[in-house]
Amino acid sequence: MKLFKKLAASASALALLASGASAEISDGVVKIGLLTDMSGTYSDVAGPGTVTAAEMAIEEFGGTVAGAPIELVSADHQNKADIAANKARQWGDTENVDAFAELVTTSVAMAVFEVAKQQNKIALVSGAASSPLTNDACIPTGLHWTYNTRAMGVGTGSAVVAEGGDSWFFLTADYAFGESLQKDVSKVVEAAGGKVLGSVKHPFPASDFSSFMLQAQASGAKVIGLANAGGDTINAIKAAKEFGIVDAGQKIAGLLVFLSDVHALGLDTAQGLQMTVSFYWDMNDETREWSKRFFDKTGKMPTGIQAGTYSAVRHYLKAIEATGSDDTDIIVAKMREMPVEDMFAHNAVLRTDGRMVHDMYLAEVKSPAESSGPWDYLKIVRTIPGEEAFGPLSESTCPTK
Amino acid sequence: MKKTFGYLILLALALAAPFVVYPVLLMKLLCFALFASAFNLILGYGGLLSFGHAAFFGGAAYFTGHALKAWGLPTELGILAGTAGAGLLGLAIGLLAIRRQGIYFAMITLAMAQMAYFFFISAPFTGGENGLQGVPRGMALGMFDLSNDRTMYFFVLAICLGGFLLIARAVHSPFGQVLGAIRDNEDRARSLGYDIERYKLLAFVLSATLAGLAGATKTVVFQLASLSDAHWHMSGEVVLMTLLGGLGTIAGPAVGASIIIALQNYLASGPFAAWVPVVLGVIFVTCVLSFRRGVVGELRAFIRRSF
Repeated sequence: MKLFKKLAASASALALLASGASAEISDGVVKIGLLTDMSGTYSDVAGPGTVTAAEMAIEEFGGTVAGAPIELVSADHQNKADIAANKARQWGDTENVDAFAELVTTSVAMAVFEVAKQQNKIALVSGAASSPLTNDACIPTGLHWTYNTRAMGVGTGSAVVAEGGDSWFFLTADYAFGESLQKDVSKVVEAAGGKVLGSVKHPFPASDFSSFMLQAQASGAKVIGLANAGGDTINAIKAAKEFGIVDAGQKIAGLLVFLSDVHALGLDTAQGLQMTVSFYWDMNDETREWSKRFFDKTGKMPTGIQAGTYSAVRHYLKAIEATGSDDTDIIVAKMREMPVEDMFAHNAVLRTDGRMVHDMYLAEVKSPAESSGPWDYLKIVRTIPGEEAFGPLSESTCPTK
Repeated sequence: MKKTFGYLILLALALAAPFVVYPVLLMKLLCFALFASAFNLILGYGGLLSFGHAAFFGGAAYFTGHALKAWGLPTELGILAGTAGAGLLGLAIGLLAIRRQGIYFAMITLAMAQMAYFFFISAPFTGGENGLQGVPRGMALGMFDLSNDRTMYFFVLAICLGGFLLIARAVHSPFGQVLGAIRDNEDRARSLGYDIERYKLLAFVLSATLAGLAGATKTVVFQLASLSDAHWHMSGEVVLMTLLGGLGTIAGPAVGASIIIALQNYLASGPFAAWVPVVLGVIFVTCVLSFRRGVVGELRAFIRRSF
């Protein structure tokens, strides 16, 4: 009887403790809603891999934070802004989702920003690239983690111009991201003394690039800049090879190329390609260890978007751990206060315009002879300091910075 | 008497629904039910398979979005502007399309809708792939704040009920009877002295206008208009909804739309997320092969047989 009483007492004490600890966690659960492209053009660079990455971050916390369980829900937005906005709205309204994560494709990120603003929820953007997300289109709770088009322009654009590629023609994906990328790279090219001869917009997603490639060829530009991503970039590079554009002396500059794209193209086709990356698995012991665990789960090495999703979710959970709350304003303030420190970014800061500033890397694709095996694709040519890649805060046009 | 009672129960259910089910999902359901019913007017009662109704749905969505966002019109006027725009578009496409029948009619509507799609993708006011986002919901009649989901639901319910009543009235009017006669035997209707082109055109424009009303309302609900509204997938989806629910029945398209929307919503975040088109395809094939009259059509036939 005594034992029973003791047990009951300790059980109720435990229950008190648990409820006390999670008093400030709304609904007693921290819920993250991850929206990504599960089956379309961006499913390789983002897609199911980002779900795995977010799960890995949650596992690090043992599935609970500040006494409350962490839940992850995910959905396929098919790269459509309306589907994403509806899903996000529903998650926020009926399923107590506290933060939206990943959000590849700029149009999706912008649509979810609209919902996040109305519901005062956090949006952890990893896959969308457009720099307006932390400029004109910024919201106080929208955090842009992995990269942006400005950083891509600074990295690849200036490197190509420095090698003598001073006249450019753009092949641009016909939506906000493509326009933003073209604009940012054009700025860098012109600042470095290069010229932009013209551009052509292609529908998103596209599979037949022949007519666009012929236009690019006819322009006579030394460099054909691909202001697109994912499957579009792969198809464009393949089309360029078929038309013998590279052999004829024009250079292809992929402005947003991922490790998975190099994997799909093969080293024969991709060798020598310069690309700006936010992350490469084979940089140090930490990245190798994490990437190996990722590889064991997915069978692929992580892209920057996937590693960035891990970092963003981890930092978000860190802030909840530190404050014991999941209130949006408290968490955003804490996330800004703490430096971002993990295998993806070191001593990086989250600025008031929502930009996470960390070092970027200029990489070159190895030739088949240099590569020692599968996934050994890149050599890092240069580390681009965060400030140089993303620009100073004073440059940001975000009204709430 | 019995019928009135049934309708009253349905109305009571519709009024109580937002307190049980997520209102935004209900509003989506209502909008698509209206869209499918409008489509049924031309396919089920007019016998004309239009494969371009997304142009009216999406067009009205864009017109309304633009009117509310850029011109700052009140919500009701914005919806009316979108609906009127869709009606005009319907008149233009209808004038060309009704000169042909069958597959040629379907192809003309498809071609015109694709032209409209490419206009929407390249016109600056639609925002291309990004779509129009952040469309304000505004106030209804200057009194009710529509940013509240339940208030918005009753506003949408009123609009859609109006649409359904108009469709039911049109179908049961002499105009609807003539339309049915044209569907069943065009030559005979012509020999009876009816100007069938005029009837067809009127039905087409009416259908386009109501499809536009659905699209315009949808824009206000979701506060965005996007390319998927105007894409030919949408034209296909509405055919699917109508056939699944029951062609040429008043309630069928609404039932079909409910099934499809509920399925899409339910499957989107489960293990079948990437398989939604496949699941819908299987349902469609099953429906066409085994119960061709659709859910409501089969139900009606069953009741007639048994009672």
